[in-house]
Amino acid sequence: MIGELLHRPWPWYVTGPLLGLVAVGLLLLGNKPFGISSNLRHLCAACLPGDVAYFKYDWRQSGLWNLVFLAGVVVGGFVGGVLLRSPHPVAITSQAQASLAAIGIHDFSGLVPREIFTWHVLLSVRGVLMVVGGGFLIGFGTAYAGGCTSGHGIFGLADLQLPSVLAVVSFFAAGAAGSFLLLPLLIP
Amino acid sequence: MTTATATTPALARPRERLLPAYLFGGVLFGIVLTKGELVSWFRIQEALRFKGPYLYAVFASALAVAAPAFAWLKRHRVRSVAGEVIAIQPKALGRGVRYVYGGLLFGLGWALVGACPGPLFALVGAGVGVMAVACLAAVAGTWVYGYLRPRLPH
Repeated sequence: MIGELLHRPWPWYVTGPLLGLVAVGLLLLGNKPFGISSNLRHLCAACLPGDVAYFKYDWRQSGLWNLVFLAGVVVGGFVGGVLLRSPHPVAITSQAQASLAAIGIHDFSGLVPREIFTWHVLLSVRGVLMVVGGGFLIGFGTAYAGGCTSGHGIFGLADLQLPSVLAVVSFFAAGAAGSFLLLPLLIP
Repeated sequence: MTTATATTPALARPRERLLPAYLFGGVLFGIVLTKGELVSWFRIQEALRFKGPYLYAVFASALAVAAPAFAWLKRHRVRSVAGEVIAIQPKALGRGVRYVYGGLLFGLGWALVGACPGPLFALVGAGVGVMAVACLAAVAGTWVYGYLRPRLPH
């Protein structure tokens, strides 16, 4: 009974407010801005700053707390995605299922489609374009925009910042365009 | 929250002292991302294809909590546990070009991978090993941005 409750996915009205509270909690703890993509910059600054001015700063001073937070996210992913894994497929709407079936997605179990995110597919052109190309664009774009779905989408919007509105509208627009126009070309 | 012990030498100590709290915050965020299904490629596609309200409801309710809380914390000049007065640096608008171009490129990547940076790392923890490659590619993307930054419009 308790076990079943713990493994059940959370509804939006639990997930959303908790996300908001994470951002509030970081401000309360140490006046820290909530944002995951800054860590990509901190990782560059820590591991391979090269001769690039953008990476020449004291990442321990400004970013160590966030890298520790990021390590926590990986652990939290294990807790929520493995230990408390939901036994059922994610309950997307039937319209969403139909729309994805139309572009060749038929296995709705798991967190990501098995047709795409396996080591085997990664070795194909399609896998490289989606996983490596997509990951690269995420890193390049979030650094260019100075934030991602957390830094702009939650933190920036909650602070009513116009730059974040621009970024959020842009990434949702491109996300929709990419999903409608690019994905069908890449999924077999 | 606490009274300030804010002299420069004393600052280093509370910063280190709070690291376990940030770790805990990250764990909580990772659990929210997985149990709230925000790491699910299917959920993200549902939203980006406008075939369901889940993700939008999550964002709206997150903002409904965070926006008034931020305003309250700033108005009352509340001190953080670490001792500073809570203040949020406004992002410089400039010409706004970087937010549009950067947002568009990020959005394309988001569509291709079906995960934004937080979920990308949470998925590695959840056992989707291939996403570690996407994480590395994202670090590489950020590096290339840093390298090209002086030549890009902002």
